[in-house]
Amino acid sequence: MTTAATHEVTATIPHGPMDVIRHSLVLAQRSLVKTWRTPESLIDVTLSPIMFTLLFSYIFGGAISGSVKDYLPLLITGLVGQNIAFASVGIGIQLNADMEKGIFDRFRSLPISRVAPLFGAALGDLVRDFLLIGVMLTTGYVMGYRVGTDIWHFLGGVALAILFAMCLSWGPMLIGLLARSQRAVQGIVFMTLFPLTFASNAFVPTETMPNWLRTFADGNPLSHLVSALRALWNEPSGAVAADWQTPVAWTLVWCAIFVVVFAPLAIRAYNRKA
Amino acid sequence: MSPDIAVEADGLMKSFKETKALNGVSFQVPRGKILGVLGPNGAGKTTAVRILATLLKPDGGRATVAGFDVTKNPREVRKRVGLTGQYASVDEELTGRENLLMIGQLLNMRLGDAKSRAKELLEWFDLTDAADRMAKTYSGGMRRRLDLAASLTGHPEIVFLDEPTTGLDPAKREDMWDVVRAIVERGTSVLLTTQYLEEADALADDIVVINHGEVIAHDTAENLKRVVGSQTLKIRPTDLAHTDQVRAILAAVAADAARVDEPRRGEFSVPVSNDSILPAVVSKLAAAQIEVTELSLALPSLDEVFFTLTGERNRTLVDASTTEEVAS
Repeated sequence: MTTAATHEVTATIPHGPMDVIRHSLVLAQRSLVKTWRTPESLIDVTLSPIMFTLLFSYIFGGAISGSVKDYLPLLITGLVGQNIAFASVGIGIQLNADMEKGIFDRFRSLPISRVAPLFGAALGDLVRDFLLIGVMLTTGYVMGYRVGTDIWHFLGGVALAILFAMCLSWGPMLIGLLARSQRAVQGIVFMTLFPLTFASNAFVPTETMPNWLRTFADGNPLSHLVSALRALWNEPSGAVAADWQTPVAWTLVWCAIFVVVFAPLAIRAYNRKA
Repeated sequence: MSPDIAVEADGLMKSFKETKALNGVSFQVPRGKILGVLGPNGAGKTTAVRILATLLKPDGGRATVAGFDVTKNPREVRKRVGLTGQYASVDEELTGRENLLMIGQLLNMRLGDAKSRAKELLEWFDLTDAADRMAKTYSGGMRRRLDLAASLTGHPEIVFLDEPTTGLDPAKREDMWDVVRAIVERGTSVLLTTQYLEEADALADDIVVINHGEVIAHDTAENLKRVVGSQTLKIRPTDLAHTDQVRAILAAVAADAARVDEPRRGEFSVPVSNDSILPAVVSKLAAAQIEVTELSLALPSLDEVFFTLTGERNRTLVDASTTEEVAS
């Protein structure tokens, strides 16, 4: 492209922020309607977390913490992290399907902001995250888990988990836009998420891991989220639990990294691909 | 660019890895007219449409749509065009009405306006009864109509129809043609791609024939048919005993008696250049009391057009089983 052409591209008035918000909301509404129509697409944020909670607590509870009840504070917070990560594959698959079916061609031929379809999908995914955390906490409550801090710390934890989910989802969104089939999306996302969830403090204390793994596990973004949730939700027991600022700060840093790295790549991929 | 030109492509180039999808394609769509882009699968039709609809950037050449350059002012172009793809791009998990409502809202219509526009389009495209059913329950023809309705939501000045009837049965195809004619009557300019000369002939004011990413002919349907030759008269007598008589009748009316052909036993075909031949043949058959199972006057097929224009007879050109275009 010539210099003159580039100049004219930048001279085009960009979409106002109100347009971006309005179009994103219209497209988020589309996601919600579709979710509502196919409730089975919510299994990974409803029945799966319940299954994980039951399985993990009865299998690992005795071995790791001596009893199921003592394991619950460790487990519920860990599972919130794990399930948020696993549920993020859904948005990647959804974008891949939209691309394959030509719906993105339709959106790209409309005079709307080119980020709106991605923001819309991310916004629509919020409902899944809320549902997931609700199901997790309810299951935990029934099994005997109690939040040991006050309402503000509790809500802060919920907000942090939701924010983390939204920021993390740009990764699967990028993969959804690059992969050539929905099956590939699933394979790639899970291949990255498994080490991320299990090589972390989500289910076991990292102290018993070999040094190299422990280094990874302690720096793992998911470990920071889980530590933050433990500090914010669980009954204070000792100095470490009382300090929530450090893990929350680290979690926020990771959220920023996810968005800064993956969002521009995803937007670029969306603009280039059919 | 003259204000009478709705779409202008000038020397468009586009390659995908090794494949040259477009190799300097130029054409114009006059305002309020239909340009038919005729070509086989893989000729570059879809690639050209995608560049004009701002979905793809050309490697070379330039294109202007509604007075705006597609690479410099894509947003202005998008405000003025509607695109109906080869594969219906509607959301299958939404109802027909929801699809149109969503497009209306994305075009910044007020909710009330979007609703009334959706209702209007559903009525026009005969989808009112199916309006509140999910699009995945629609038949192929209904889906195409919904897709077309979606691309008309914002009253576009120019509509791109990429093979709008591929895969539809003949009756549905003619319904679609009526719709296209109605769109043009409202002042919209249309660029239509098709694999069927019959379709381009029925709809287009001008026809551009492309092959391997190059324009190999640009003419009116009338002239193109004149260049390609004539129509083909086909006839098949019910009783094989009548074959000699039939051959004699055809030899008498045809421009060139030597070209009466019997491609299959009991089936005759002859190129004819005059529309009055059909009634003449019918009256002769009636006089001789010969019953026929088939009697038709057809335009040359795309295959024959290509044969004439390029001199290469390529039987795989119009293979219905390969529906993939380079760009899709």
